[in-house]
Amino acid sequence: MTTVLTTRRGMLFGAAALTLTACTGTRVRAQAPAGPFKLDPLPYAPAANEPHIDAMTMEIHHDRHHAAYVSNLNAALAQNGEAAKLPLQDILAKLGEMPEAIRTALRNNGGGHANHTMFWQIMGGKGGAPAGELAAAVERDLGGLDKLQTDFNTAGTRVFGSGWVFVTVTREGKLAIVAKPNQDTPLMDGARVLMGNDVWEHAYYLKYQNKRADYLKAWWNVVNWDKVAERYAAAKAGTLTI
Amino acid sequence: MAFELPPLPYAYDALGPYMSAETLEYHHDKHHLAYVNNGNNLLKDSGLEGKSLEEIVKESYGKNAGLFNNAGQHFNHIHFWKWMKPNGGGKSLPGKLQAKIDSDLGGYDKFRTDFVQAGVTQFGSGWAWLTLKDGKFVITKTPNGENPLVHGGVPLLGVDVWEHSYYIDYRNLRPKYLEAFVDSLINWDYVLELYEAAV
Repeated sequence: MTTVLTTRRGMLFGAAALTLTACTGTRVRAQAPAGPFKLDPLPYAPAANEPHIDAMTMEIHHDRHHAAYVSNLNAALAQNGEAAKLPLQDILAKLGEMPEAIRTALRNNGGGHANHTMFWQIMGGKGGAPAGELAAAVERDLGGLDKLQTDFNTAGTRVFGSGWVFVTVTREGKLAIVAKPNQDTPLMDGARVLMGNDVWEHAYYLKYQNKRADYLKAWWNVVNWDKVAERYAAAKAGTLTI
Repeated sequence: MAFELPPLPYAYDALGPYMSAETLEYHHDKHHLAYVNNGNNLLKDSGLEGKSLEEIVKESYGKNAGLFNNAGQHFNHIHFWKWMKPNGGGKSLPGKLQAKIDSDLGGYDKFRTDFVQAGVTQFGSGWAWLTLKDGKFVITKTPNGENPLVHGGVPLLGVDVWEHSYYIDYRNLRPKYLEAFVDSLINWDYVLELYEAAV
């Protein structure tokens, strides 16, 4: 290791992390290599979810972790022209039909790209409660918002290791809570995702460390219910993709 | 037998700058402790109460996921603390280990590359291993709390690639963490002890 910096917290960084640290607060946009998929910028400032999710976590999560999924997804698809023509939800729903040589890469990185794209979209809000038709569906299918939050958080704490907890939505608008390991997604079952929370440690470790339950609880404060409602309407219209 | 949290075999700041005191405090005092406590709760009425930790790990695998996860992680962490030491790592290996690495793994440099690569490519949470299997050294990786015991091997050396093991110190840079582990932290004397006990 050639470039080493020890900060007051005892952090150790190589050159790549130094670059990121130097750029804190001055948005970095990671560039994915050429390919069918790209990393969209965060739809709000990295500090938009403070104090519940810190800006540093948002930056590393989006600019490094999500960027790596996009880059690796494009790299896998560069080896297969046919698969590269498909929309992501079709790739994920038909993983079993994808070439074996790139199937795991598509599962991990395609799942990672879909999950994070949804994740950024439904945050940046002020929490609160859903309204209208979505509120009625939460009441009908999940026993109301309090029960949804309790059951969703419990499902999130029960994921052993890396994974996600989701609310899925059918074409008829029916909701259900589903947990998945790693970057798997209900899209792989042909289902649609209304909303979801990332319980990989990288989503919360800098602020919450081992306290995943506290993160899960705090996360509801940044949910953008208007965006979730848009996804709900799209699901019923048959236009929701990832 | 009930699980107990062993003390760290060195001071919390002993592995700096490669692994910070903050990381070790959370990792040992919170994460490992949670595996011990959850494991003890799940051990009650499991039918495996009187068994050794190794037996509990092997016998709960595929049958009692909750107990297995916590027992596996308890086993993994007991050894993980001992697999590291201040001023560890590097190429000065005990002769017996060097000879096996040369004959079975193509030499130290290839071992280093392949061991780091196993850790980098373990998607999500898990471990990378130097395993003794059928008398040979092999490099393997396992997800979450699994370890080579449940795959017919003996774990001689393991590195934790759950993000909690490196996120405070290295953020997303898992390869840097793995290189530092190999170059500056491995306690090869403990690896030798496990190898000699296994053969």
